[in-house]
Amino acid sequence: MIGLSHYLIISAALFSLGIMAVMTRKNAVNVLMGVELILNSANLNLVAFSRYAWMNLDGQLYAVFVIVIAAAEAAVGLAIVLSMYRLLKSVNLDKADTLKG
Amino acid sequence: MNPQILKDLQAFYPEITLTATLLAVILIDLAAPRIRQATTFLFTAIGLLLALALTFPLFAAKSGTLFYGMVALDPMAVFFKGFLIITSFLILLVAPGSKEIAKEHIGEFYTLLLGVTLGMVLLASATDMLMLFLALEMVSVSSYIMVGYLSTERQSNEASLKYFLFGAVSTGSMLYGITLLFGLTGTTKLVLIREAIIHGAGDGNNGLMLLIATIFIMAGFGFKTASVPFHFWCPDVYTGAPTPVTAFLSVGPKAAGFATLIRFFFTGLSDTAGSIWGFFPAMNWALLVLMISIITMTLGNIAALRQENLKRMLAYSSIAHAGYILMGVVVLTPQGLQSVLVYLITYLFMNLGAFMVVIEVYNRTGSFELNDYRGLWRRSPFLTIAMTIFMLSLMGIPPFAGFFGKLYVFGAAVNHNLAWFAVLGALNSVIAVYYYARVIKTMIIDAEPEGAQAPPISLSWTSHILMWAMLLPTAGLMLFWDRIQEITSNSITLFFG
Repeated sequence: MIGLSHYLIISAALFSLGIMAVMTRKNAVNVLMGVELILNSANLNLVAFSRYAWMNLDGQLYAVFVIVIAAAEAAVGLAIVLSMYRLLKSVNLDKADTLKG
Repeated sequence: MNPQILKDLQAFYPEITLTATLLAVILIDLAAPRIRQATTFLFTAIGLLLALALTFPLFAAKSGTLFYGMVALDPMAVFFKGFLIITSFLILLVAPGSKEIAKEHIGEFYTLLLGVTLGMVLLASATDMLMLFLALEMVSVSSYIMVGYLSTERQSNEASLKYFLFGAVSTGSMLYGITLLFGLTGTTKLVLIREAIIHGAGDGNNGLMLLIATIFIMAGFGFKTASVPFHFWCPDVYTGAPTPVTAFLSVGPKAAGFATLIRFFFTGLSDTAGSIWGFFPAMNWALLVLMISIITMTLGNIAALRQENLKRMLAYSSIAHAGYILMGVVVLTPQGLQSVLVYLITYLFMNLGAFMVVIEVYNRTGSFELNDYRGLWRRSPFLTIAMTIFMLSLMGIPPFAGFFGKLYVFGAAVNHNLAWFAVLGALNSVIAVYYYARVIKTMIIDAEPEGAQAPPISLSWTSHILMWAMLLPTAGLMLFWDRIQEITSNSITLFFG
């Protein structure tokens, strides 16, 4: 029987993988994918809690809004990466090193 | 339509005005290419002033929530709405005078400014975690674009990339924390979260989960207020962003972050409503915020000591000021809350003023380096005196405004048996004197570089008016002290359900 804890473990794993991708990846697009993983792990949490713990629709409603936010954030993020590519001809984050100190 | 919603809409006029202005500015920008420079500015100015005018009557309104507990209508929310709209209005006046912004198409800048303002106003009044998160994202996403506004400049782009990556991870972690909190309490409304915790949602093993959820949520607040350890974006973004945007970020979104932080901790995680707030035994959030406050001010001040770039120095200084403001939060008394509001008012004028001088100097010299401020005394005595006053005020030297902000915060700490905390704050202010005084010394005493003498700087009349509009409150705020005392002490009421 699959219960709440299974979902929570998967979502915690997704969250950790997302953080790891953000920390270790050099390619800006890969980092954006890590950010999506983080947001989606939260979505999984919301839906699981809503279904197994509280039997209400609040969590699922919340998840729909989070999906919209994730789309908006990805759009802006890709636009910024695109503008970086236009300036540097690269999406390698190590090349963005003019600001230091 | 539902009569309750119709009634609530009447208390929502400022937000509606901002939304309508936002749409109107986009349309004008597209439809009237020849006159758009002036008309978009005019429309934005009128929209912001109208929203401000519609905010004032709300002070008298009865405390409560709107739209089925989504946003609060209480004096604290109304105070922050007014404060944030005034901040945006000042930035609107400053922006066209900056050579950095003028290089690009300015209509979009106004649209983004209005978008951030709307988000901040909602953030300051959100009482539902869903609304809070949406408003926070609205502020963040719009400000990523504002930071990267100079699309052909490498530094601006890099700043916006760093801001985006840091912001996305911080707000993502915050969302994860919110979901854990939802899992514990079964609700997203702050007032109900508090009830649920009072009735034992955080007891036993769940206490650990509550603590973890709070730490995750603190990531989002820390990012918005630029507190350690979520401050890493701050120096880079402040340096790379166009200066009016830097000035805006250092006051507007930061104040909105404090507004929502106060609302979250005081109405969501405190066990008593009223004169003195407490925290649940399961989770000592005050200790958490207290440690963050100490580390934030110390790190900000020490890192500012060795900065050569004035924008970067002001970035670290704004981190340090966030630490002082957090001090007012953890005192957990009405006096502490009042000191936060007083500090923010003084901070608005002195910090914006300092950035205005930076903008004026950049317009003439094209540099933010402290070295290029040598000889400013000869080139423009007015700018030098203005900058000196802002720096003295940021240090906290009486009789300037900054002194009163610090006085209130430290006083609140001492009155709540946290005298050692106030002493730490005062020691930090002593460190801060060094780097602020260094700016004054560079402007007045240091010898100009050999060779060609730079020409004197003459300011336009608009810059003069704006500079005086910052100077007068910074230098003469104590003349209106009764009024400020009255406004802030009336504004510390929060809606507790």
